[in-house]
Amino acid sequence: MTVQQLSIFIENKSGTLVKVLQILKQAGIQLIASTIADTAEYGICRIICSEPARAYQMLKDAGVAVSLCEVFAIELNDEPGKAADAIELFAREGISIAYLYSFLLGGKGVLIFRTDNAERAREVILANKLSYIEEKDLSKFQ
Amino acid sequence: MPQGEFFNPEFETMNRAQIEALQLERLKKTVEHCYNGSKFYKQRLDSVGVKPEDIKSLDDLKRIPFTTKQDLRDTYPFGMASVPLSQCTRLHSSSGTTGNPTVILHTQKDLEQWANAVARCLWMVGCRPDDVFQNTSGYGMFTGGLGFQYGAELLGMLTVPAAAGNTMRQLKFFTDFGTTVVHAIPSYASRIYEIMCEKGIDPRRDTKLRTLVIGAEPHSEDTRRRIEEMLGVKAYNSFGMSEMCGPGVAFECKEQNGLHIWEDYYIVEIVDPDTLEPVPDGTIGELVLTTINREAMPLLRYRTRDLTRILPGKCPCGREHIRLDRMKGRSDDMIILKGVNIFPIQIETILMQFKELASDYLITLETLEDNDAMTVEVELRDMFIDDYAALQRLEKEITRQLHDEILITPKVRLVPKGSLPKSEGKAVRVKDLRKKF
Repeated sequence: MTVQQLSIFIENKSGTLVKVLQILKQAGIQLIASTIADTAEYGICRIICSEPARAYQMLKDAGVAVSLCEVFAIELNDEPGKAADAIELFAREGISIAYLYSFLLGGKGVLIFRTDNAERAREVILANKLSYIEEKDLSKFQ
Repeated sequence: MPQGEFFNPEFETMNRAQIEALQLERLKKTVEHCYNGSKFYKQRLDSVGVKPEDIKSLDDLKRIPFTTKQDLRDTYPFGMASVPLSQCTRLHSSSGTTGNPTVILHTQKDLEQWANAVARCLWMVGCRPDDVFQNTSGYGMFTGGLGFQYGAELLGMLTVPAAAGNTMRQLKFFTDFGTTVVHAIPSYASRIYEIMCEKGIDPRRDTKLRTLVIGAEPHSEDTRRRIEEMLGVKAYNSFGMSEMCGPGVAFECKEQNGLHIWEDYYIVEIVDPDTLEPVPDGTIGELVLTTINREAMPLLRYRTRDLTRILPGKCPCGREHIRLDRMKGRSDDMIILKGVNIFPIQIETILMQFKELASDYLITLETLEDNDAMTVEVELRDMFIDDYAALQRLEKEITRQLHDEILITPKVRLVPKGSLPKSEGKAVRVKDLRKKF
């Protein structure tokens, strides 16, 4: 139901993102999905990748401010309206989405997100029998 | 009684020989007073085997050890007083909560003499009893408030203790009260002009402003000229520090070429900050002052940490009290921003209380649109949480705590670990990009 995500603090300055990606490249880590939202001065780069634990250690050893956390990953058919239907289930329960991004994996859409109430989000996923993926599912596609 | 251009003609028109004779007489009295009144100074003088009667010439001053800000901190709060506390009527203390602050005590006579010095300065630049004086300095512990208040009142001006901030109200006072003289820090003078422009106020047409007293913040000759041009005033440089009462220590005359320091109040030495040996006149060094007109808490050979030089030659204004060049910087790491004294250690102490932060930081001082501003960049130790709101809350909390400590609101920026410049050995903590000197 959850996958591991790297969250990296990045200064809004040219070259800082490259530095992070170079470290992952040299370690042979494959990116599966990533997103950066920007503010005026810094951004948080969020990455789903192969071998997140090793990637985390590599970055940490290089002095990068990084955290490893669990985020929800639900799987949807790649059809119009599927995301709307899924998110509505959470909204109805009064659960806020902190951030969300998506990618395609093996012909299916994957929604990655974090909520303000992980426990209740988990209940919603189970009660509505939403299809989800786990960390091991990611490795199949590498 | 004031006479012509002089508020205290008796003292202001003394020639060098008269000044030095008065200094020696007052120095002898001061050393004797300190020796008998202050345990601190008795120990200090005993430690070098100097008795008050050993002071026979101004040159003998050099036998007395220096007094430092650390001495003031170590003897906090009342350890350096030379009179019983019951004879004191005022206390001023430095800001900040990191370590011991410093305290300066005053007797009633000290306050009268302080007011006299400020009145003398203001008279020198043409202030008269029919002027209206508006003080935009902070009041309370900040000596630029009460210091100018009492001096301007003694001179006889209608004095408006407008205090700091609320620029719209300041402007209303200018126009409603017919303010002619303003005391402001240079960056605030620029700010006043900005707001005037926004509101369509022409200082030449809509106000009676004529004289501006600027000080408490390093500024260049260019800045002064620009402020004069903007506001249509003559701007005079004021120098003071709370250890020496506050404002009124040294002040420019109408020549605007160096600040006369009142030598009937202070004995001036300029020393090499490393060797502590005197430097020749005209050479930049650290200003060392001995108060010779104070009762509650005289200071002998106080190291101000301000760097300046004595301007050679005679001033056309007729006063032979020596002139100091505008301050060239500091021989320690103290920052002067908007008239507030800040030590980097105060900022460091606050930052290090946040477990989310790494130990490297950089303080940048810049002039942004004529306003001096401080940015504090600090490295994030780790991504403790995957959330923008939390980062913003952290920035806000650091800003709030810094403001509580240094009384200035810096811009706080979180930066990734390892992104701040590191120098060999001691890291560079302060970058001063302000337009000055």
